[in-house]
Amino acid sequence: MLAKRIIPCLDVKDGQTVKGTNFIDLRQAGDPVELGRAYSQQGADELVFLDITASHEGRKTFADMVERVAATLSIPFTVGGGINELRDVDRMLSAGADKVSINSAALRRPELIDEVSNHYGSQVCVVAIDARQEEDGQWQCYINGGRIPVGRSLFDWAHEVQERGAGEILFTSMNHDGVKTGFANEALRRLADTLTIPVIASGGAGQKEHFRDVFTQGHADAALAASVFHFGEISIPELKQYLRNENISVRL
Amino acid sequence: MNVAIIDYKAGNVYSVIHALERLGISPVLTDDAERIRRADKVLFPGQGEARQAMTYLHQHGLDQLIRDLRQPILGICIGQQLMCRHSEEGDTDCLGIFDVDVHRFQPQRHEDKVPHMGWNSLNITRNEEGRNKDGETDLFKGFTEEEYVYFVHSFYVPVCQWTIATTDYILPFSAALHRDNFYATQFHPEKSGSVGERILQNFLEV
Repeated sequence: MLAKRIIPCLDVKDGQTVKGTNFIDLRQAGDPVELGRAYSQQGADELVFLDITASHEGRKTFADMVERVAATLSIPFTVGGGINELRDVDRMLSAGADKVSINSAALRRPELIDEVSNHYGSQVCVVAIDARQEEDGQWQCYINGGRIPVGRSLFDWAHEVQERGAGEILFTSMNHDGVKTGFANEALRRLADTLTIPVIASGGAGQKEHFRDVFTQGHADAALAASVFHFGEISIPELKQYLRNENISVRL
Repeated sequence: MNVAIIDYKAGNVYSVIHALERLGISPVLTDDAERIRRADKVLFPGQGEARQAMTYLHQHGLDQLIRDLRQPILGICIGQQLMCRHSEEGDTDCLGIFDVDVHRFQPQRHEDKVPHMGWNSLNITRNEEGRNKDGETDLFKGFTEEEYVYFVHSFYVPVCQWTIATTDYILPFSAALHRDNFYATQFHPEKSGSVGERILQNFLEV
C-alpha cells in the first residue's frame, strides 16, 4: 500500500539551517546536509529545503548546498524559496533537486505552473499555498511569507493550480502554523477530497496524535513539520511506529 | 568495475550517478556503442516520454545495441517500460526484451491518484523464474522483511512470467522484472534510501 509520507522541512539561511540546534546527538545540526542525512537515516520519507535568504550570495550558497544534498542523500527532496522563473527551476533541478516548490511567484504569474510542468513534468512541480481562515470563515491566500493577502480563495486557487499541471499541493494553514495544536484538518479534507493530486499538510504539528488525525481526518497524503522534529520533541522512528499501530500505512 | 549509464537524454540521471558513487563506483554516462558494449554492467535509467525516448534510441542505434547486450543491464523506471514490447504512452513500439505491454493506470476510486508517487511496498514473488540456486532473486538477495521503495510513474507493466516483485497500486503490477541478463525496476533504487542501495549493490554483484 502507498505509504503516507512524513516530511521534515529545513529552513536554510546563508547555507545554515535556521532551526535545529537541539537535534538529538547531532553536532553539526547547523549544516543542512548533515541534518538532512540524519533525518534520512531516521526514516524521513522526503525532505524540503527552504531558502529563506534574500541576498544574491545566499542564493549561490543555497545552490551549492543543493548539490551537496543530492550527492549525499538517497531519498527524494524538494527545494523552495526564491523560485520565480523557469531559470530558477532549471538551476535547482540541475543541482540535483527532485522537485521544486513554487509559492508567491505562482500567484503573481500562474502561467509559471504550466511552464514548469510542461517543461519538466508535473512530478517536479509542487505548488505551496499559504492561506488563512479569516473571521468570516473564508480561506484566503497570502504571498510573501504570509504578509500580503491576494484576494484568492484557497479552494479556487488549489483547483486552478491542479488544472495548470501541478504535481502536488503543499498547503500551510497560517492559523495553525506554530501553534502546535494540530493541522487544519477540515480545510485539508476539503482539498484532498476534491483534488486529484496529492496534498501535503503543513502547519500545526505538536504531538504524534496530530499526525494520525491529519491522515485519518484531514485525508492528507503527506505531513510536513519543522520544529517538532528539529527540537527532538517527536522522533521520526517513534512517530512512524505509532502511526503504524494506528493502522496508518507508513514506511518503517 | 566498469559501469556505463546509457545517455539517451531522458531526464535527470544525476541521482543514479550519485547513488553509484556512494557505492564506490565511478560510472560513465555515454551513448557510445563501444563503451557500452565494453562495460561490465550497464544502467538504463530515465524519466520522460516513451515515444521520444524510443525515437532517440533508434536514431542513435542504441535500440539494437541494448537488445544485443550480454552483460547485466538494469532498466529503471521508463527504462523498464522501454524494455517491454509496446507502451500505451504515445502508442510506442519498445525494445521487446520482455514480451509484455505497458499500460496507463486507470483510477478506480478518488484515492487512486495518477501518477503513482511515493513509497510503496515490494512483494517479492515466489516464482521459480528468475531465482538463483539459493532460491533468491538476484536483485532482492538477502531481503527478508517487507521493504518500501520510491515510485514516480503513470504507466505500469502488468504482472507477467518475468515479474520478480510486485507492488499494489490500483492493481498489482510489476515492480521488477528479470530475464537472463536483463533486469528492470519500475521504482527508483537511487531514491529508495538504504533499501535502494542494497538493490543496486546486488545488481553490481550479479
